[in-house]
Amino acid sequence: MQSQATYNYKVVRQFSIMTVVWGIVGMLVGVIIAAQLAYPALNLSELGEWFHFGRLRPLHTNAVIFAFGGCALFATSYYVVQRTCHTTLFLPKLAAFTFWGWQVVIVLAAITLPLGFTAGKEYAELEWPIDLLIAVVWVSYAIVFFGTIAKRKTSHIYVANWFFGAFILTVALLHIVNSAALPVSLTKSYSAYAGAQDAMIQWWYGHNAVGFFLTAGFLGMMYYFVPKQADRPVYSYRLSVVHFWALIFTYMWAGPHHLHYTALPDWTQSIGMVFSLILLAPSWGGMINGIMTLSGAWHKLRTDPILKFLITSLSFYGMSTFEGPMMSIKTVNALSHYTDWTVGHVHSGALGWVAMISIGAMYYLIPRMYGKTEMYSTKLITTHFWVATIGIVLYIASMWIAGVMQGLMWRATNPDGTLTYSFIESVKASYPFWTIRLAGGVLFLGGMLIMFYNMIKTIAGQQAYEAPVLSPAAAHA
Amino acid sequence: MDINDLRSILTVLGFVCFIGICLWAYSSRAKAGFDEAAQLPFGDDDGLASASGRQSREGK
Repeated sequence: MQSQATYNYKVVRQFSIMTVVWGIVGMLVGVIIAAQLAYPALNLSELGEWFHFGRLRPLHTNAVIFAFGGCALFATSYYVVQRTCHTTLFLPKLAAFTFWGWQVVIVLAAITLPLGFTAGKEYAELEWPIDLLIAVVWVSYAIVFFGTIAKRKTSHIYVANWFFGAFILTVALLHIVNSAALPVSLTKSYSAYAGAQDAMIQWWYGHNAVGFFLTAGFLGMMYYFVPKQADRPVYSYRLSVVHFWALIFTYMWAGPHHLHYTALPDWTQSIGMVFSLILLAPSWGGMINGIMTLSGAWHKLRTDPILKFLITSLSFYGMSTFEGPMMSIKTVNALSHYTDWTVGHVHSGALGWVAMISIGAMYYLIPRMYGKTEMYSTKLITTHFWVATIGIVLYIASMWIAGVMQGLMWRATNPDGTLTYSFIESVKASYPFWTIRLAGGVLFLGGMLIMFYNMIKTIAGQQAYEAPVLSPAAAHA
Repeated sequence: MDINDLRSILTVLGFVCFIGICLWAYSSRAKAGFDEAAQLPFGDDDGLASASGRQSREGK
């Protein structure tokens, strides 16, 4: 028994810790750029252009999505695939490479973006040498993940792994197609596509990054950690199968809703809108499946702050997947596009859904990486939960108000057809809400600092732990 | 037949395929396998005494 094989926890442990670290870094940059909008002097123009909003904003989005969210996805997928397949990782050295490779990508992003090196594509700003490294790391990730599935000791592939698998495959496809470019120097390249096609490919990428990176991947997390923490199997496994395939068949078509009323052909815009509306069904199916897993055990929500995080994240998932289809309706989009409403919508998904489910999963994972079942302080998890929730509510409520106000001011006309408001008047009117948003962001960041302290106290003096691999038969005995 | 007919056919096939998946998922044949799969996250004791387990041992 002493020589029994153990799961590869090291890479999970590394990614888990970096999830918290990059979460703090990315959200700090978010707080800084929120402060810059409220107090423009903070752009620090006297020092140079490096700290301008335009330079730091892509750093914020890349850090929270790919550094924080990415590390959380690597950690949880490596953990879940091993445990539900009852086997160790395929090629653990390659898994270690994905960790170090991904950290190098993040550091390169943090250096090149403030310096102004950008491909100019939203959520795909990184220049071609970094894009190549991302592609290599991602293909390695796919090899490790699918290799592990291939050597599984169970007959079934648990549904969480289907979601993780779809996320890994699709992101590889999206990244490689959208990043195709002609380099002209080490730091400059031009997209391989032109005009409306370039825009369409960019938002095919952009929306499916939302659909597969920020949704499918985190749904994989949901399908493991919610049942685990609630200690009951998922509400309906067959619903999870339909949920999976409905998302796969629908998401790919929704991208054009980012390009309403642009040079994109009208029929393409309408297809984007219709498929965005259809997406409500699988999204809510998944949300109901997650929340109803607690059916019969609702009392656990009262005492378990990790479940609070997980279930609240599903509520925000439901909210933002209702809001998204609604905003994709062309007439609604005519009001909401280019306003802070979009920013509010994104953060209801990013903070409410993605960050909260990741935080819940990390609170489950981190102690187990060190041979414990609980964090140092459960009370601090509860504090984190409330601080984060109040932060999100302040953030999205202020952005809703600011966004609708901006949309109404921009479209208001006088009887003679002239615009009622100049653009700068809408900026002036937005200041109070940008300050409220800053307060919400500070609270959310504060929650992450509480988490960091809790994590340090949990880990301090503990030996790293590797759990033994159990045969499926032993597990079910 | 031009390429747009092929595109339409592919879309319809995609839809038929999805309906097929739904019917399969809700058929009684798939149920036993699903019930088994749904248990996969459980019963994999990670070698750690759970909090409640610890308490019950201390109680003895």
